[in-house]
Amino acid sequence: MCDTCGCNITPGNEGLIKAGGKLHKTESGKEAVTVLRSLLHENDHAASHNRNHFDQHNVLAINLMSSPGAGKTALLEATIQQLDNSLKIAVIEGDLETENDAERIRKLGVKAIQIATGSACHLDAHMVHEALHHFDLSEFDVVFIENVGNLVCPASFDLGQHLNVTLLSVPEGDDKPAKYPVMFRASDLVVLSKSDLLPILDDFKPERAKGYLRDIASTAPVMQLSSKDKSGMLKWISWINQQIEIRQRALQQHPVTGHHHHTHEEVHI
Amino acid sequence: MHELAICQSLIDQVEDIALERNAQSVSLIIIAIGPLSGVEAPLLKNAYPLACIGTVAENSELVIELLPIRVKCMQCGSESEVLPNKLICKKCGDWRTELVSGDEMMLMSVELEKEKTEL
Repeated sequence: MCDTCGCNITPGNEGLIKAGGKLHKTESGKEAVTVLRSLLHENDHAASHNRNHFDQHNVLAINLMSSPGAGKTALLEATIQQLDNSLKIAVIEGDLETENDAERIRKLGVKAIQIATGSACHLDAHMVHEALHHFDLSEFDVVFIENVGNLVCPASFDLGQHLNVTLLSVPEGDDKPAKYPVMFRASDLVVLSKSDLLPILDDFKPERAKGYLRDIASTAPVMQLSSKDKSGMLKWISWINQQIEIRQRALQQHPVTGHHHHTHEEVHI
Repeated sequence: MHELAICQSLIDQVEDIALERNAQSVSLIIIAIGPLSGVEAPLLKNAYPLACIGTVAENSELVIELLPIRVKCMQCGSESEVLPNKLICKKCGDWRTELVSGDEMMLMSVELEKEKTEL
């Protein structure tokens, strides 16, 4: 949505703006200004800048989200091994206090930038922008952004990613999409991780998880995989490759405008 | 708890608007929130006074309009008001629906206090 043409007037809020609505009156000595802009306007602006930056370098950006301990870093490790350098990837790690996750990625020879978020519960577009200063994006095909483990806050912040992938690990229970609809509604792919535990934790029904996703009108595909026994990994890798193709086709049809055409070195020294 | 971050972003915007229009202070901020925005109105209300300290919006009032969640069925075309985790068509039960409203988190308007010009 933009801020100028009135397209952010939704059926939900139009009653507030129309004559006689709460936003219409003005009192003497005061000025009422109609704004109609996202509360996260600045973040959204930075996010579109990031997205533009990714597009200019033909890089697919994937935001990985889940609760803590659902296996985001383990999935990245397994992905790096499975890819075996067939794609050049880099990782932006959001972690509260430690560099542990970034260290795990670096051990596998992959570039990882750690964003220490302190006590923050989510990454925002400015943090990702800052991290991008440490990369030469032209060297990579895919950038994974490992968000802070949290099924609530990260859902509200656009980082400039192209795709959201949410992990739902088997030990968490299959009703997470019903409990965290905002997060799961934003997901382009839902990965049922730690699927090697399905025979043990047999109260987790993948079909039921899918049912809860359909209840929130999500059309996202659902993929079972285990970073441990590697089942489902090939399907995941081919999904990534497919998304790269889709992205490249879209970029050929709608080339990136020169609006943000600069390298970060030029502008931000 | 990302509501404080959202409040700070809101106040930043309001400060810019007040500056642009030479306002002395801000008396009222009206925002609209849908349940699918991921923002909790009570948490926002609590964070608001903290975010306002030392800004033009200090002591201002925050009004939060809560918007309903409405979906339009892509099969039968009817619109229904629904719950956050049940976005299916109330009429025909199909899950292929489009969100009409309910994910907004929007700054609707601000009321500025301007210096009165003496006649």
